[in-house]
Amino acid sequence: MTQMNASVESGPVTNVVPDAVAVERTLAGDRDAYRVLVERHSQNVYRLAYRMAGNSHDAEEIVQEAFLRGYQKLRQFAGQSNFGTWVYRIAANYAIDRMRQRRVEDSRRELPSRASEDGQETDPLSMVKDSAPSPERLAGSSQLALRMQQALQELTPAERTAIVMRHWDGCGIEEIATVLKSSTTAAKNTVFRAVQKLRTALEPFAQSRAKAMGTE
Amino acid sequence: MEHPREEELIAFHDGELNGRERVQEHLRTCAECRAELEKIETVFAAMDAMPVPDPGENYGQRVWAAISPRLPERQPRWWEGFLAPRRLVVAGAFAAIIVAAFIAGRKTIAPPKVDDRVDMAKVRERVLVVAVRDHLDKSEMILVELSNAQPNPASGKLVNISAEQHRAEDLLGENRLYRQTALNEGDQAMASTLDELERTLLDIANSPEEVTPARFEAMQKRLESRGILFKVRVVKQGLRERSNPAKQQPVPQRNISKTNTKEGNQV
Repeated sequence: MTQMNASVESGPVTNVVPDAVAVERTLAGDRDAYRVLVERHSQNVYRLAYRMAGNSHDAEEIVQEAFLRGYQKLRQFAGQSNFGTWVYRIAANYAIDRMRQRRVEDSRRELPSRASEDGQETDPLSMVKDSAPSPERLAGSSQLALRMQQALQELTPAERTAIVMRHWDGCGIEEIATVLKSSTTAAKNTVFRAVQKLRTALEPFAQSRAKAMGTE
Repeated sequence: MEHPREEELIAFHDGELNGRERVQEHLRTCAECRAELEKIETVFAAMDAMPVPDPGENYGQRVWAAISPRLPERQPRWWEGFLAPRRLVVAGAFAAIIVAAFIAGRKTIAPPKVDDRVDMAKVRERVLVVAVRDHLDKSEMILVELSNAQPNPASGKLVNISAEQHRAEDLLGENRLYRQTALNEGDQAMASTLDELERTLLDIANSPEEVTPARFEAMQKRLESRGILFKVRVVKQGLRERSNPAKQQPVPQRNISKTNTKEGNQV
């Protein structure tokens, strides 16, 4: 994992206290020792949180909650892995729970509005399809990023977690399986499903790119 | 060869697939699969192009400012301080020195005569008494400083005890060593005082560097109720008297606090 080995990660913190010592001191009752860990690993956790949540406000909430939970569960940490990896997993788990909860809330809110005026139910998937931008609109990279952001939001929490961990943070399948609380085969399939869905969402862009390159 | 499946192409892109050469060979000759791989790469390229806003250089500090008021007070478990890796290292280092000294002594020094052995035992014991007295002196200084400090509770200003804390931490390793030696020598009184001193030193070492006046006062009360300062002084006085042959009283048991008994008998 490229970004999680962050015990010496650059940042504003110049403190050179190793993570293990900071954990030990925190457990011994020195609350300020935890500050070193928070300042050292916040940026890394923020990147994950932002990619999971898709916006800064939610990402910041995820980061804060991850460090709060980390402090409360610090006795369970007991040096199993490095602290950065551990708090990253807490953040990923919390982000999944949060996304699931939000989906449930959203679906409850949307239920009454699904019936159209004539009483006929509207297929929500068709609405998603209609809102997809045309290939022309996807030509610019900012539109592409926007479409990707939308496509990521449409993934299930597990799929989004899997693809974020796999692609951006370079996590191994075992690590993803741990966070998803699933088998490695299931985790592998989740990554695959996520890529497939993203492919489908970006198909118009891929086609226009292929046409431009003359390969199709 | 058959066309590779989509998941195989994704795994190929990730660099994870077994039999990469087989897929690579196929891609060389199959334009259809190359186009398929290109589409997959487009997805990953689009992901790479997604920016993550920089939360700012002082982001970590902001997170700390937001969560620190919500962190609960953490009371350390008594054994956590004892088992802390750094302290185990100190204790281990002491143990290693003693073992090394013992082995070196056995290998390099010829077996002494009986009289010499008695003299060497006396010397060792005297060194130990001096070392324990020195240790108790240092501990007493910390206890006196903490007991005599008078923070003003009305000011609400935090009391910094980091200096005492670090010194207490340093003394813990040797305290354990002396306590263990006293136990081995059968000196229960000394072992008991050192045991109480150890718990007090742990308490100090595990406190935060800065404490509120109320918490500091509670710490002072704990010191007072344990009467540890008084006990340390009594033991010190005993050691001082026994290290002075003129004032020494014969005591039947052989132990650290009575190390000069033999010496006294011989005088």
